[in-house]
Amino acid sequence: MRRFFYLMSLARKSAWNRRGTLSLVVLCIALSTLLLLGIERIRNQIRENFVQAVSGVDLVVGARGGDIPLMLYAVFHLGGATNGMGWESARRIAAHRDVAWTIPLSLGDSHNGHPVVATTPDFFDHYRFRAGRRIEFAQGRAFDALFDVVVGAEVARKAGYRIGSSLVLRHGNSDVRLAEHSDKPFTVTGILAPTGTPVDRALYISLAAMEAIHIDWQGGAPIPGFQVRADQVGKFDLTPKSITALLVGLKSRSRVFALQRELGAWKEEALMGVMPGVAMDRLWRMLDIGERVLLLVSALVTLTGLAGLASAILAGLGERRRELAILRSAGARPLDILFLLACEGVLLVFAGIAAGLLCLVLLLFAIGPILASRYGIVLYFSCPAREEWLLLGGIVVAGSLASLIPAWRAYRISLSDGLTLST
Amino acid sequence: MAPSSAPFAVELRDVRFSWPGQARPVLDIAHLSIRPGERVFISGPSGSGKSTLLGLIAGILRPGCGHIVVNGAALHAMGASARDRFRGAEIGFIFQQFNLIPYLSMLENVLIPCRLSARRQARASRQAGSPREAAARLLERLDLAPALWERPVTRLSAGQQQRVAAARALIGAPPLLIADEPSSALDADRRDIFLELLLAECALAGSSLLFVSHDGALAKAFSTTLRLNDLNAAAREESA
Repeated sequence: MRRFFYLMSLARKSAWNRRGTLSLVVLCIALSTLLLLGIERIRNQIRENFVQAVSGVDLVVGARGGDIPLMLYAVFHLGGATNGMGWESARRIAAHRDVAWTIPLSLGDSHNGHPVVATTPDFFDHYRFRAGRRIEFAQGRAFDALFDVVVGAEVARKAGYRIGSSLVLRHGNSDVRLAEHSDKPFTVTGILAPTGTPVDRALYISLAAMEAIHIDWQGGAPIPGFQVRADQVGKFDLTPKSITALLVGLKSRSRVFALQRELGAWKEEALMGVMPGVAMDRLWRMLDIGERVLLLVSALVTLTGLAGLASAILAGLGERRRELAILRSAGARPLDILFLLACEGVLLVFAGIAAGLLCLVLLLFAIGPILASRYGIVLYFSCPAREEWLLLGGIVVAGSLASLIPAWRAYRISLSDGLTLST
Repeated sequence: MAPSSAPFAVELRDVRFSWPGQARPVLDIAHLSIRPGERVFISGPSGSGKSTLLGLIAGILRPGCGHIVVNGAALHAMGASARDRFRGAEIGFIFQQFNLIPYLSMLENVLIPCRLSARRQARASRQAGSPREAAARLLERLDLAPALWERPVTRLSAGQQQRVAAARALIGAPPLLIADEPSSALDADRRDIFLELLLAECALAGSSLLFVSHDGALAKAFSTTLRLNDLNAAAREESA
């Protein structure tokens, strides 16, 4: 036992003595670890973020089309605009006997790159995230007057908005300055508490306000020679003609399939009802192949790193035959030599893993805030999960096997060299 | 240290050794014996089988036939692992040059045998209280200043390196010391100083010394001088 500890300390000192060469090997293994674990972590946490972003919505209703694009656009404000659905249909669904509540959503405009969502105050009452948590106001209240706006926590933080701040919306997602609704500024009446969901990065206005800012617009541009001032819009009918999607909560979840069928057979308009969980599952399955390829690539990178480990130790063996003969002369068995070299390899693997984990933590700290503010994806470092332990274990096992290659070579050398110091 | 109770420190009888795949033996020694405490000088030109002989006595190689008894232990009958253990405990070894492990301090280099062999460690502790103390005494007597002990060994001169190697071979007073051309990398003055120190320390430890060299001029310091070619029947046949 004492002998093994001694050999381990020899392995450590020997590796430290050649740290210049071996640090590159450790770096390789660190990068492999970073890649494997980073991908796994980001994959899991993105899923978690998506799953937690919406809760308690039984159906997302929109114009018939792809279920995933509708989910992504309506709930996560990602991807391209989907076709709208008629306001009349939305009203009829809201009045349906099985429906407890609805939240209409109308998207299209933006502010500083953040999506503007036109909805009703019902949004603040019924929207739930992360296992049923409600949206709360950090300051102020819901929109009430026509040009009131409620901003998400991140929007407020980035631009420094307070209650009473004035802001201008931009038409679409364009960066063209001309496409601003600068003639109809909004006033902040509420700032939402942080949620860690896309809500933080959105602005909320009333459906009527969305109509109002587009009265004198047509086809994505102001109508030439026709301008309606902000104080005149009240004279117009501000009932929306169409919305992007309708979030539906049912009185009883068991009615979800019946309503889904009913919407599919809707005669007035081609509609569909999407169950968020089902759509997300389909999305994950679509992404799965890509994730597997990524995992495979990082596994190959790891193998490359471990092959580098084996070859770096092997390459060093030539000049260490002397060292091995000295140890043999002092009573070391060939198996001790095998153990010594294997120890050195495993030591490097552990050093690489430790460095990789450190890099991962630093990286999460560095890019976490960027991801959170730009994509609403909250990454954090926690104790590795089961899959991550499995990945780490895999690296250790593969690294130990790789270390056995030079160890075996050293064993053969010490058997054949004996006490001869080849020069 | 009391020498072993065995009549000989080393005894070879009818030992033949040939490398695998070769019919002709490289060594064929009818009889060779070294008494406890004896200093034996074995001379022979390079390629005469000196290293093979040392490998056999050190238990690295195993004879095709014959008896090799070192300090009472029948090496020819022992397994490889037992021979390795025996070597660690009972034999000190000095190579021609580059005897030291570069990533260990001088003191750690000297302590290697104690770390690998519990018997060696126990003897060193009995001698000096602790292996470290035993190493310190040896290094002091071999004229290596304490300032050097904890330092890396890579900047030492050839003479200093060989003295550290001698300390390592001598620690824990092994009954047999094998020196394979230990002074041939040193200049004449250093060589004499080294030899004097080595002989004195062997006498102090009570170790037998088997000193192999091609340099016959060193032989005068030894009690017994043997020529390997005289001992080795395989060599006689070849020259005949």
